[in-house]
Amino acid sequence: ASTLVVAEHEGGLVKPSSLSALAAAEAIGKYNKVSVLLGGSGPALHKAADHAASSHPLVSEVLVADSEALAHPLAEPWAELLRSVQLKGGYSHVITSSTSFGKNLLPRAAALLDVSPVTDVTAITEPRVFVRPIYAGNALCTVKYTGEDPCMMSIRSTSFSPTTDAMSESKVAPITQVDLSFLSEGTIGKSTWVNLTSQDTERPDLANARVVVTGGRGLKSAENFKLLEQLAEKLGAAVGATRAAVDAGYVPNDLQVGQTGKIVAPELYMAFGVSGAIQHLAGMRDSKVIVAVNKDADAPIFQVADYGLVADLFEVLDELLKKIPEKK
Amino acid sequence: MKILVAVKRVVDYAVKVRVRPDRTGVETANVKMSMNPFCEIAVEEALRLREAGAAAEVVAATVGPAQSVDTLRTALAMGADRAVHVLHDPDPARPLLPLAVAKILRAVTLQEKPGLVILGKQAIDDDCNQTGQMLAGLLQWPQGTFASKVILDKEKQKATVEREVDGGIETICLDLPAVITTDLRLNQPRYATLPNIMKAKSKVIKKVTPEELIVDIRSDMEVIEVNEPPKRKAGVVLSSVDELLNKLKNEARVL
Repeated sequence: ASTLVVAEHEGGLVKPSSLSALAAAEAIGKYNKVSVLLGGSGPALHKAADHAASSHPLVSEVLVADSEALAHPLAEPWAELLRSVQLKGGYSHVITSSTSFGKNLLPRAAALLDVSPVTDVTAITEPRVFVRPIYAGNALCTVKYTGEDPCMMSIRSTSFSPTTDAMSESKVAPITQVDLSFLSEGTIGKSTWVNLTSQDTERPDLANARVVVTGGRGLKSAENFKLLEQLAEKLGAAVGATRAAVDAGYVPNDLQVGQTGKIVAPELYMAFGVSGAIQHLAGMRDSKVIVAVNKDADAPIFQVADYGLVADLFEVLDELLKKIPEKK
Repeated sequence: MKILVAVKRVVDYAVKVRVRPDRTGVETANVKMSMNPFCEIAVEEALRLREAGAAAEVVAATVGPAQSVDTLRTALAMGADRAVHVLHDPDPARPLLPLAVAKILRAVTLQEKPGLVILGKQAIDDDCNQTGQMLAGLLQWPQGTFASKVILDKEKQKATVEREVDGGIETICLDLPAVITTDLRLNQPRYATLPNIMKAKSKVIKKVTPEELIVDIRSDMEVIEVNEPPKRKAGVVLSSVDELLNKLKNEARVL
């Protein structure tokens, strides 16, 4: 097998979700030859390429597409890039992570290549047999891809742990520049990037945090979410929210955990005032340890929680804030 | 300008689905079916654009078996002007894939010539999140996926779309014609009123088949089996914060 991993980068490093995509490439085959595709422009791109070159023992080549047209995650030029790289490289598999970037790009590129991709792969049992959740994770579907190459997929990064194998100094993959002559008028230029408004936060990324504390409608206000943030601070945790809390305007949308929000699988997931709708459980059911605090003893969240406290969440938060020592 | 909206009939979002004993899929017989919630948001957005004068006509389309006509009737009762039903009887072992649906919708788009196509970002049954992006790619149109706000500029023929992405809200600008897929916070879909439900009965639903549209609907995916997810072990209810901290430290070892 030969696999193309479409990677994302930030601050000169390959993102953890893309390192998970490399782990998925390894799950396809131990002798898989892996090419990593990185795009964008500027020095951070080339720093990330250096990182990619030594990011996994199977990486045999890093392809760098350096162009202003790729500086922003617009699907139109990126899909053309992916098609062009695939037609040249003839890979058997193409992998992205199920991030908003991957979800936006992969199906468009697949349509250009006339193949059907597999969304949200959580396990690879054979090179062309995959497990993926359907119905918000209430069922797991095993599918076999029977089409032409490439077999394209997006993977759930929470299901594939990045390798921790030490890379030998000598084994650094070569970096090649991608021929960008395919970038012309046509589909490119029909869309323009305007801006990204994000909440700058010092806390770890929700999708990759070791601990996640989540609030639901029970938090009652944006003000009260600050209490959760204090707890997160102490635990080195990320803050998450239910759809109800986001819709009520307590927190921005990018904190939503669930079927249509972020999928998380931290070592510790603490849910405060979360009832446990199936759409929310879909986003956190693979967490290692789940703690639920809710006044309502019948809340469905208690059916998946390892430890439950039927109590007033504000009293519990107060006590936790007093009793948990400051994170060093 | 015309807006085409694609809608899908799925198991109602409030139904707790059960995997069939023979593990070929989930139980859909005698289960409440509804319009996919993201498609409702798509219909609502098209209607609001028409009501704001940005569009003249809203056409709803679906691909599915005879019963899918109910979903089109819902769209018509919400206010869509007419509908197209592409008839297809599904085979559970070889489900119709998003690529085939996108090809069918491309054919419908080429016939209807809308200035904008709006779809839900994903269907809550297969959770694929592919069709809108594929349709945009096949048409070589720009795409605005996971939209939480859409502003149309009729004169400049542009759509400004705010998108819900991992890092926050991204704003992009698209030349029309374009494809937009809806996220949860784009709008609150309206309920169909009884008079409008009655009125919808006389609205036109055109029926076609994939063969008539000359679309190849081959499936490159075989469903091998469908299983229940592993059950979590029943947890314990604790009596105090101290007990919780003790368990997290000494039993689960996560603190």
